[in-house]
Amino acid sequence: MKKQITISVNGEKHTLEVEPRELLVHVIREKLRLTGTHIGCDTTSCGACTVLLNGKSIKSCTVLAIQADGKEVSTVEGLATAEGLHPLQEGFKENHGLHCGFCTPGMLMRAVELLEHNDNPTEEEIRWGIAGNLCRCTGYNNIVKAIQYASAKMRGEETPSTEPEFV
Amino acid sequence: MIPATFDYAAPASLEEAFSLLEQHGDEAKILAGGHSLIPMMKLRFASPEFLIDINNIPGLAHIKEEDGYLKIGALAREADLEHSELIRSKYPIFMDATKLIADPQVRNMGTVGGNIAHGDAANDHPAVMMALRAEVVISSAEGQRTVPIDEFFYGFYMTAVQPNEILTEIRIPVPGAGTGNAYHKMERKVGDYATAGVAVQLTLDGDGVCTYAGIGLTNVNPVPLRAARSEEVLVGHKLDEERIELAGQYASEDCNPSTDLRGDEEYKRAMVKVLTKRMINKAIERAKS
Ligand SMILES: Cc1cc2nc3c(=O)[nH]c(=O)nc-3n(C[C@H](O)[C@H](O)[C@H](O)COP(=O)(O)OP(=O)(O)OC[C@H]3O[C@@H](n4cnc5c(N)ncnc54)[C@H](O)[C@@H]3O)c2cc1C
Ligand code: FES
Ligand code: FES
Repeated sequence: MKKQITISVNGEKHTLEVEPRELLVHVIREKLRLTGTHIGCDTTSCGACTVLLNGKSIKSCTVLAIQADGKEVSTVEGLATAEGLHPLQEGFKENHGLHCGFCTPGMLMRAVELLEHNDNPTEEEIRWGIAGNLCRCTGYNNIVKAIQYASAKMRGEETPSTEPEFV
Repeated sequence: MIPATFDYAAPASLEEAFSLLEQHGDEAKILAGGHSLIPMMKLRFASPEFLIDINNIPGLAHIKEEDGYLKIGALAREADLEHSELIRSKYPIFMDATKLIADPQVRNMGTVGGNIAHGDAANDHPAVMMALRAEVVISSAEGQRTVPIDEFFYGFYMTAVQPNEILTEIRIPVPGAGTGNAYHKMERKVGDYATAGVAVQLTLDGDGVCTYAGIGLTNVNPVPLRAARSEEVLVGHKLDEERIELAGQYASEDCNPSTDLRGDEEYKRAMVKVLTKRMINKAIERAKS
């Protein structure tokens, strides 16, 4: 029953044998050992498992690995480059956009696509944009600020001064 | 949670898909966005032996106007609707609805075809399609047939699509001048299914007389419901407060909501009434602008 698939993960090609029923998140975490992608709810609710599939954010607990055959997957491990952190990662760091960090990889990957569609989102657009990602720690305010910080930086503007809120 | 074992193929053409359907009969299921089917398979509420993934079949993801219809291919995603200039400028009801369907990641996968083919009265597109009097194009090795939306939903998870068939397109008559439409659902939180939802499309002539009314209800009946008496009370009349009140009243009487975690029957009926009136008013506003 196993089938051969080829997926490119963070730019690197992998050819794997999978059962059709294997979920993408399990292949990413257990076969490729990229454990930055988390499993929170396993029911398409929390967004901790969010990765990009051909550039679109999806919940990898609800996609079969075999559906990714021939496609490109991007995970949080691919965000930083030799030059340093991705502006979103920097934004989360500067604005206390995380506490325990469990939701963070999913938040980051979702925000990557959000900023691709809208390089200057309002607070409301950010909140709708991350509606599929749950955070039990931060109360979201600092996550919104982190994304605003990254969007300013990516537009080449001065980043807003960071005054994180503690709630 | 991992689905039970199944075999899988991703055919590159409709013909190939039909022959796989022929081969596997009702042991096979179509996989579109997978965001209703895979959760059910993970919970083992469904355990098909064969999945036919239709995502590699070209020509099923269009959103375009042609021959007097808005044509939506079965594989058009919710996100495609959201980003379509045509939809944004001419079909605000879809902007109302998609924003309230799950969340951005789910909308990147979920297809409009799957939303309807799933045959679940809790989904949002069925009511919208009723308001717009859509037709569903269903294809098989034998050819194509077109089913009006009122004859599409048979029962819980049961639709007009037979085991050897694939839903390929949804056709919506392009609305004439003076048309407005709107959708809203009450949800307890983002990503939840509707406590109650109401879709309305109205056409008004130059004198403000209603010449068309379509009203569909979400999740307050075993199958998606047309509020027929509410439509009748509007068509042929100027829409004053009294008529709108009556339309809301009829919709709340004619639905059959069940008491559950989202609310009891009485509450849901009351919400259907409120939402019907609000959506009528919003559709009127949009028809005039
Ligand atoms: C967390 C979460 C929240 C959600 N919230 C909402 C919501 O608020 N409102 C809402 O409307 N939906 C909601 N959904 C459902 C989502 O919109 C689904 O994507 C949709 O119902 C099904 O579309 P799909 O393309 O994913 O279909 P699939 O899951 O692939 O298929 C669903 C069913 O339809 C059949 N099918 C699919 N396409 C075809 C076709 N072309 N021809 C014949 N049969 C076909 C399949 O065999 C299967 O039986 C939610 C889903 C999740 C996971
Ligand atoms: S683990 Fe996938 S959405 Fe929660
Ligand atoms: S930082 Fe803990 S869940 Fe978000």
